[in-house]
Amino acid sequence: MGEYVARRLLALIPTLFFASLIVFLAIRLIPGDVIDLMLAQNDVASSLDREAIESALGLDRPIFEQYFRWIGSALQGDLGRSLWQNTPVTEQLLDRLPITFELGLLALIVSISIAIPIGIYSAVKQDTAGDYVARSFSLVMLAVPSFWLGTLVMVFPSVWWRWSPELEFTPFFEDPLRNLGHMLPPAILLGLALSAITMRMTRTMMLEVLRQDYIRTARAKGLPESLVVVRHALRNSLIPVVTLIGLQAPLLIGGAVILEQIFAVPGMGQLLLEAVSQRDYPVVSGVFLIIGIGVLLINLAVDLSYGFLDPRVRQQ
Amino acid sequence: MTAIATSEAPVAVRPAKARGPAAELVVRLFRDKPLGALGGVVFLIFLVCGLLAPILAPHGINETDLHHRLEAPSLAFPLGTDHLGRDVFSRILIGAQVSMIVAMAAASLATVISLLIGLLAGYFGGRFDMITQRFVDAWMTFPDLVLLIVVISVVGPGIPQIIGVLALLYGIAGSRIVRSAVISVRGNMHVTAARAMGAGPVHILWRHILPGVMPVAIVLWTTRIGAVILAEAGLSFLGLGVPPPAPTWGGMLSGAGRTYMYLGPWLALAPGLCLAVVVYGVNVLGDALRDLLDARMRGAR
Repeated sequence: MGEYVARRLLALIPTLFFASLIVFLAIRLIPGDVIDLMLAQNDVASSLDREAIESALGLDRPIFEQYFRWIGSALQGDLGRSLWQNTPVTEQLLDRLPITFELGLLALIVSISIAIPIGIYSAVKQDTAGDYVARSFSLVMLAVPSFWLGTLVMVFPSVWWRWSPELEFTPFFEDPLRNLGHMLPPAILLGLALSAITMRMTRTMMLEVLRQDYIRTARAKGLPESLVVVRHALRNSLIPVVTLIGLQAPLLIGGAVILEQIFAVPGMGQLLLEAVSQRDYPVVSGVFLIIGIGVLLINLAVDLSYGFLDPRVRQQ
Repeated sequence: MTAIATSEAPVAVRPAKARGPAAELVVRLFRDKPLGALGGVVFLIFLVCGLLAPILAPHGINETDLHHRLEAPSLAFPLGTDHLGRDVFSRILIGAQVSMIVAMAAASLATVISLLIGLLAGYFGGRFDMITQRFVDAWMTFPDLVLLIVVISVVGPGIPQIIGVLALLYGIAGSRIVRSAVISVRGNMHVTAARAMGAGPVHILWRHILPGVMPVAIVLWTTRIGAVILAEAGLSFLGLGVPPPAPTWGGMLSGAGRTYMYLGPWLALAPGLCLAVVVYGVNVLGDALRDLLDARMRGAR
């Protein structure tokens, strides 16, 4: 197991390097006239001039030096300062990260509790009407954009019943119930969107396992079907589903960006969009980097738990 | 028409093997995968409507008519009017045009990029492949939408930028699928034979490997169309996609129109419904093609 962990950690290094390079180069693409635009767009900019912005972004140095300075301070937890608010980017991120994390966690719970039971049902009752309905539901959910569902949830209850979702954020530790009241609608929508994929995968994995020899043996022993499914098949098909949930981390975060915007959740997504509209590039690159590292760490955790759950993986 | 005739009398039509592979694929699609075929037809309808939008639209897209503000759907305005009295139906049609142009261009370009990277990495392997794969790993770490938002914030909004960025995003991600297809084709006898006869790498890639990878590329292209449509709509919804005077489905659900949806709820319906229907169509078409083409590849092995 120790060797497996070490190998996983080593494999992470080149990916982290390329990820940081992507973040760095994306921001480096800023054409010079954007800085003029930044100056024109923001009144506060009077205190900043072209050179100040260039040095804040580090654009005034050779590109290699820029990269190593940037990654060097990033490794020490310093992601620079916001151009307009002049607060450290790390501080802003720490304010927003828990909120997006909560949204993501709630969405994941919603997604799992919908997708896994229905996925199993769909596989066990393959090619019945129920399976067909479940599969159609997941195909439809894959096509429906979450921002449209979000818009519908905002508009129609208000038109029909004069009720609309809460749009004021309350920190969880101040009033957990109000906080959940605000977070649940976007979490449910996000969870629904994710459940479409998880359901498909659970079904496929379950079908694969149900076809294996040991399942036939279990049935031949005369075990009741429910025991075969729950004790024998489910355990083995859930392992790949754990990996799958890890693979969904990028989808979860991408979806959160849009839903945070609709439901006024002050998370990472909203921070990113605010920073983009103000052209606050240190913040943009900070959020971008943290999201990338976050996804990589989630995948690492999933890989490790996968190795822990399935001894075959460790030996590869 | 031929497709319907085929489904009624498959045995009689079977000997007509003279059809090209593309036509045969269409026939098999209609015969074996009716839902996928339906999806294809839905997509084609949207495509044609999008391309003919300027002719089909009954009203000008920016033609404001303050006497007809926020009118519910009627004969004159099939999908109602918005807060400036603009005809929603006409705007939906032009929105389809924007959506289809972006989807076709970005998905095609993305497939070409995937093919280029996948062919080179898969065929030559070695260190080049290793570095490319680590880069693709890192690239796929970032959520699509986040990557799009960041790059668009730098290069600015606009149709060519959107197409370029979407093509790059899905092109790099898709190269992984092409690569694994190349690796499986590379081991085939006919490739080894060609190499033994002294064929150069360009010739082998073009004549012997590319045709084997084409089914994968077709499926990739189809599934990318749906992804591109949703991504463009999401970006336009956030105000980072196609800039405002041009109507887009995503844009129609956001911005100024949003506050008026409470007075005219129909404004919230049409754009999202169009998105869902067209993406559903492309997705089931993609699934059907995957089933058909994968089965064929299995048969060939």
